[in-house]
Amino acid sequence: MTTQKVDQILDRWKRDPQYAIEILQDIQEEHRHLPADVLQYVADALALPVGRLYHIGTFFKAFSLKPRGKHVLEVCMGTACHVKGAPRVLDAISRELEVPEGGTTKDGNFTLEPVRCLGCCAIAPVVKVGKDLHGEIQAARVKTLVKKLAEGQP
Amino acid sequence: MSARAQRPPKERRATSARAARISARTLDAVGRKHQELLAGYKGLLLVCTGTGCVSAGGFVIRDSLKAMLKKRRLDKKWLVVQTGCNGFCAMGPILVVQPEGIFYEKLNEKSLEKVAEEHLVGGKPVKASMHKDLATGNPIAKMAEIPFFAKQQLIALRNKGIVDPENIESAIAMGGYAALKKALTTMKPADVLGEVMRSGIRGRGGAGFPTGAKWESCIKASATGATGESNAQAVRPSPTKPVLVCNADEGDPGAFMDRSIIETDPHAVLEGMCLGAYAIGASEGFIYIRKEYPLALERLEKAMAQARERGLLGKRILGSDFAFDIKIHRGAGAFVCGESTALMASMEGRVGEPRAKYVHNVESGYMGRPTVLNNVETWANVPVIVEKGGAWFGSIGTGDVAKSPWNGSSGTKVFSRVGNIANTGLVEVPMGIRLKEIIFDIGGGIPGGREFKAVQTGGPSGGCLPKSMLDLPVDFDTLAKAGSMMGSGGMIVMDDRTCMVDVAKYFIDFLKDESCGKCTPCREGLIAVSEILGAITRGQATEALLGELEGLCDTMAVSSLCQLGATAPNPVLSTLKYFRDEYLAHIRERKCPAGVCKSLIRYEITPNCNGCHVCARNCPTNCISGDKKKLHVIDANACIKCGICRDVCKFDAVRVG
Repeated sequence: MTTQKVDQILDRWKRDPQYAIEILQDIQEEHRHLPADVLQYVADALALPVGRLYHIGTFFKAFSLKPRGKHVLEVCMGTACHVKGAPRVLDAISRELEVPEGGTTKDGNFTLEPVRCLGCCAIAPVVKVGKDLHGEIQAARVKTLVKKLAEGQP
Repeated sequence: MSARAQRPPKERRATSARAARISARTLDAVGRKHQELLAGYKGLLLVCTGTGCVSAGGFVIRDSLKAMLKKRRLDKKWLVVQTGCNGFCAMGPILVVQPEGIFYEKLNEKSLEKVAEEHLVGGKPVKASMHKDLATGNPIAKMAEIPFFAKQQLIALRNKGIVDPENIESAIAMGGYAALKKALTTMKPADVLGEVMRSGIRGRGGAGFPTGAKWESCIKASATGATGESNAQAVRPSPTKPVLVCNADEGDPGAFMDRSIIETDPHAVLEGMCLGAYAIGASEGFIYIRKEYPLALERLEKAMAQARERGLLGKRILGSDFAFDIKIHRGAGAFVCGESTALMASMEGRVGEPRAKYVHNVESGYMGRPTVLNNVETWANVPVIVEKGGAWFGSIGTGDVAKSPWNGSSGTKVFSRVGNIANTGLVEVPMGIRLKEIIFDIGGGIPGGREFKAVQTGGPSGGCLPKSMLDLPVDFDTLAKAGSMMGSGGMIVMDDRTCMVDVAKYFIDFLKDESCGKCTPCREGLIAVSEILGAITRGQATEALLGELEGLCDTMAVSSLCQLGATAPNPVLSTLKYFRDEYLAHIRERKCPAGVCKSLIRYEITPNCNGCHVCARNCPTNCISGDKKKLHVIDANACIKCGICRDVCKFDAVRVG
């Protein structure tokens, strides 16, 4: 990430420490994770101890200190999804991609992320990939879903 | 109608780039003009574009419908309107044809083509795409006659499925901002407060604190100046100017009321906040919305931009001297940030850790300023309360709230009913309705001929209620007495294939991950409770552990810093109270009666098997063997209990024991 881009983000939020969370959110969105050098740069710019940014970066679920894959498979673990079999869906995807929860495939294509309720409980269990929601996913259907995604189909 | 269709043509846009500001004098005319525009059509085609329907193809249906009309040159006759969540999410994508109110469900390109050809051209509604009565299987033509809709009473969701959330004129035509006009032209701030007090409305976010009382304390604190301990570490710009905040950090799993309200009718929330600001004397407001709701955020931003452009937010609102503006704060994903002091902390750029509430937010909240925090649904109710009067609102629901809001629960409540229930979706019903009416009459009962086992209300802080409690009236106090709580309105229905120990463990593990870790009873208590529940689900517990479990729960309830820890034991205590047998079966017999807990179950193939080989083909570990058309066998040593064989078997030949 270029310092120019970081500066743009910092300026968008007027370099105000009150917007530290927003600034990190924009960096996360841009870069898919929070690189250590960028965190140091932001801390210097906001005159904050870098530890405070790490506190934020590890407290909120939106942030990741490790790079994430090109596609993040977000498996909803809300209650409705849970009673309709989300844990089994998560297991099945994990088996299919050969990555643990929170892990990224070797080719950097997929990250498997169990997430909090996505609020589409009516079509549980739900898997979200990018902006696309896939509803009523059963463990038995996971194979086809992963294959489709690997081939780049929506 | 989409916002795009309404824009002036390109050549005109250059000269009239900004739409005219609306004043109290011209508000009605703007609404009338839009109504006339709608009346110029033969009918309206209301396409649901809430998140549920969109994931089932709502946007595709909207665009195909427009293309079909254009192809048949019917686009001057019928108008396609994209609406927010209709509520009947189980049946998406949904189309309602006005003025008759014909309801079409589960549409795809093919069935939509049929509707266009036979209904819109031929004038004959298509029975095949109508809703079917659950008992008789007969089609029900009109939306109002479907049981799901018949028992509802809409206040917060008054415009659901009618207005276009991305078009402010559509909201104004349905009476949007009329209450604000009434307040700014005929009422003093104290009158607005008076109506909210009289309504007896209690906070819809979960705790049920009377909204009017909260506003009143904030007004008092603003007048006398902020006192006591401050939340803020930064400079306080103006210590006595109050702030108001809308809590849209809907964190309860299984709840999506707030998301739907914003996606459906964002202007109701904005108008409610304007009225609140007028009543308490604030000029600055915030909406704290979770990042998991991209569509709601997008619509909220559009609505705010339109409201600003038309003079309904910002300076000189509706041409008066009243000024108020709103900023959006995106939540970064932390359940605890739904707690008021944690929410304020994260708005100030710090991690969301709650503080002890010796001093309330109404005295010293955001940046040390007096702060009113209300939930999305509460704000959406405010315009109706101001418009129709607090007494009218107070007459709906339970108890007599005229003297004190604590005497009952007034108004309506929006519930999301999900899980093992036929008609999943969103409903708004008067307070005091019985659980069984919501689950069976409106909800259509349990699908697949299975048995009702429990209903979970109130999110992770709530409890599970068994069949014997189905007669309970749903209001704040009754649910609390039964060991659960109203919460924000999530209602998860569970059938007999749900293990209650597993459910309790699910909630505890959720909270264990979400605990901020600041206070010991919550941080360590949740870990210990989770370990005990884990031992029970693995069949490694003794009965003595149950006593220890209850002791831990009591300690957490009395000693945790915030409500996350204090209410965390509810799922455990309520399941222990109502489903103790199930705990004992895990401990004494080392069995999971519902067939969920992996360590205690095994999969077997019964003689029902006809040897179709589907299970063997789908088994990820290839542990099912058998010749074609012969009984198959599962190798228990290699089986990982993923349950796929049971899912794919069409002959009910896989048993869990």
